[in-house]
Amino acid sequence: MKRKKRLVIRTIALLIIAIAVGYMLYTSMNSNKASAVRVGDQAPNFVLSDLDGNEVELADYRGMGVFLNFWGTYCPPCEREMPYMQDQYEVYKSQGVEILAVNVREGELPVKRFVERYGLTFPIPMDPNADVVRKYGVIPLPTTFLINAEGTVTQVITGLMSESDIQEYMESIRP
Amino acid sequence: MKLLSCSCGHTNPKGTELCGGCGKPISEQANNEKTLNMRYEGAARRSQAYHKSVVDRIWNFFSSVKVGVWIIVILLIASSIGTIFPQHMYIPTNINIGQYYENEFGFLGKLYYDLGFHNLYKSWWYLLLLAALTVSLIIASVDRFFPLYRSLKNQRVKKHVTFMKKQRLVSETNNLKFNFVKNNIIKQLEEKKYKVTTDGDSLLAEKGRFSRWGPYVNHIGLITFLLGGMLRFSPELFVDEFMWIRDGETSSIPGTNGEYYLESDQFLLELYDEDDETFQNAIQRAGGTVVKTYQTSVTLYRNQNYDQLRGDPDLQEIKTYDIRVNEPLKFDRFALYQLNYKLNEFKAMDFKLINEETEEEIGQIRVDLFNPEMNYEINDYTITLKDYFPDFYLNSEGVPSTKSSIPDNPAFIFEVNSPEKEESEVSFLSIGSNFDPNESNTYIIRLAGVDMNHVSGLTVRKDFTLPFLVVGGVIFMIGLVQGSYWTHRRIWIRQEAEGVIIAAHTNKNWFGFAREINGMAEKVNLSQVTDQTNINEEKEREKYGGSE
Repeated sequence: MKRKKRLVIRTIALLIIAIAVGYMLYTSMNSNKASAVRVGDQAPNFVLSDLDGNEVELADYRGMGVFLNFWGTYCPPCEREMPYMQDQYEVYKSQGVEILAVNVREGELPVKRFVERYGLTFPIPMDPNADVVRKYGVIPLPTTFLINAEGTVTQVITGLMSESDIQEYMESIRP
Repeated sequence: MKLLSCSCGHTNPKGTELCGGCGKPISEQANNEKTLNMRYEGAARRSQAYHKSVVDRIWNFFSSVKVGVWIIVILLIASSIGTIFPQHMYIPTNINIGQYYENEFGFLGKLYYDLGFHNLYKSWWYLLLLAALTVSLIIASVDRFFPLYRSLKNQRVKKHVTFMKKQRLVSETNNLKFNFVKNNIIKQLEEKKYKVTTDGDSLLAEKGRFSRWGPYVNHIGLITFLLGGMLRFSPELFVDEFMWIRDGETSSIPGTNGEYYLESDQFLLELYDEDDETFQNAIQRAGGTVVKTYQTSVTLYRNQNYDQLRGDPDLQEIKTYDIRVNEPLKFDRFALYQLNYKLNEFKAMDFKLINEETEEEIGQIRVDLFNPEMNYEINDYTITLKDYFPDFYLNSEGVPSTKSSIPDNPAFIFEVNSPEKEESEVSFLSIGSNFDPNESNTYIIRLAGVDMNHVSGLTVRKDFTLPFLVVGGVIFMIGLVQGSYWTHRRIWIRQEAEGVIIAAHTNKNWFGFAREINGMAEKVNLSQVTDQTNINEEKEREKYGGSE
C-alpha cells in the first residue's frame, strides 16, 4: 500500500518536473531565434518597398509558392547562390513560384549595383529597419523560407544552397 | 519491503544504519565504526529503500549528491567556456557572425562558432543542465528532508548503550546513581536553553534543531532562483538585446517587435577638464583623460502600424531623453541603458574633381557612405557612382567585395562624364589608393574630406524575473544563516550498571559543545567528556610511531 502510494507520488512529481522542463525548453527554443518563424507556421505578412519603390506585400502572393530569401551583398554564400536563384526563377516564374529576396539593412546603391551585376529580375524588398528579419528570427544569412500557396512555411533553410537544391525547393512549393 | 527489526522491538526499513528507536547500530559498517556516522540520524534515505521501477531509478539517480556535484562541475565548466569569446548578442548585428568569429579569433573562433558556443547560455544542452540541477536539488532535498524530519520528531529518549558509547563525545562516571544528580543536571541544562525530556532514568537534552533545516531552506531559495532564471527564456518576461545607433539615425528597437523606434540626436563623450584646478591632480594621477559623461540624446517613437510589419513605419513621437550611465530611458516596461560606443565612424566623404592637365579644380561632391546617391552633377560634369563597397576587400576570386555594410574601408568606382570628352572615364578609389584602370584619365577624383560620426551602443532590457531572483536570494540567505549561526546539540544521559554515561552529538563546533557540557558536568561532579576521535587519532599516532 505504502509503496504504491510512494510510486504514484514520485511519478506525479517527476511528471510535473518533466512538463516544466519541457515547457522551458520549448519557449527557449522559440526565443532562441534559431528562427522564430518555424515550419508549419503561417508566414507573417509584411509590406516593404523594392528597389523601384514599389510596395511588395507577402499576402499578395497567396495562391503562389513563395521562395523567401534573406540576404546581404556582404555575404559570400548569398552572392554565390543568387545566379542559381535567377536561373530557377526563369523556369518556375511561369509555374506560380515567386522569389522574394529581402535585403537586410543596406543602402540602395550597393544593392542596385549587385542586382545589375547578376541580372536579377525578381523583386528585392528592402528591410531598412531589420523589423522583418527580426520578426522572422533570422540569424545567419542567407536564410530561406519556403512558403506554400496557403501561406504556410514548409521549410527553413540556412546557409548556401546549390542549384539543384533550389530547383528541388521550388518544385516543392509549386502550387 | 524488507524490514530489519532491532532488539528494542523497533522495525526499520532496509538501508538503515542506526535503529530508528534506540539508535543501536544495525548495519555491519556502523557496527565496526569507533564513532557512529550520524548523518540523517542513520535513517535509510528514501532512495535507498527501493530499487524497482524506472521511476524509482530516475528518482535515485537525481537523489545522489555525487550526481548533483557532477552536474554543478559540468555547469561551471560550460559557463566558463561561454566567457572565452564574446557571445553572439554582443556582436554588431549587420555582419556575418560566422565570419566575424573566424576573422576576429581565427581557427578557435571558427570552432567556437561551429560548436554553437556563441550562443551557449541559450543552448538546449545548457538549459538541460540547469534543469537537471534543479531536479537534483528538489529530489535530493525531498529524499533527505523527510526521513530526517521524521527521525528527529520521533526520536526516543532512551538510547542503546552501544549507540551512546560510539558517539564522539562520551563521559562515563562510575559508582554514581543518576537520580542523585538528575534534578541538578536538568536545572543546568535548562539554564543553557536546552529542551529536556526524560524517560525513567534516561534523559535527552536538545537545542537548535532549527539549524538542521538550514540546508533545505537554502535549497528552496536556490530552486526559486533557478526558476526565475528559467523564466528569463520567456520573451514576455525578459528581454535583453543590444543595439548600435548612429548619430542622426532612426532605428527600430530590437525586442519590441518593431513597436518602438529610436532616433539618436548625438552621442556625447565628455571629459573632465584637465586645466581645471579642482581635478588636475586627480586626472594626472589617473594617467590622462578621464571621462565625465557618456550620453546619447534620443527621441523615442512608437510605430502606429507595428502589427503590419511595414518597411515605412508610422512614427509618433513619445519623448526625448538623454540616456546616461545609470540613467536609462524607461518606457512601457522597457529600459534603454548606455553600454557601449564607437567614436569616429565614417559617415560621408567629400571628393573633388580635378583636371589633371590644367590642375584646375572643377568642383566637389559629397558621398553619404550609408546611403550613397548614384549621380552627382557639377556644372556640366556628371559623376556616376558605378559601384560602392562599404568594407572593401578582394574576395577569393580576386573580385572586389564588401565584408559588411559598415563603411570601415570604403571603396568606390566612379565614372566621370565631361562636356569636353565623349567617352566617360572610370576611376577606382579606396583608402590610400587611387587607381586609373586605363591610365589615360584626364580627370581625377581626390579625397577632399571625411565626415565622421559617433555610434552609441545601448542595451534594451525588460525584466520581470527580478522578484524571483530577489526572493530566491533572500530565502537562500535565510537558510544559510539558519544553518551557519545555530547549531543542533543533543545530549543523552542514562543510568548504566557501572554508573552514569553521557553521550553528545552536534553538527558543528565540537570544541565549544564539549566545553559547554564540561562546564555543566563539573558543577554536578560528573566526569568530563572526551572527544573519541582525538583518542582514536592519538592511538593511531602511537601505533605508527609518528610525531609532528
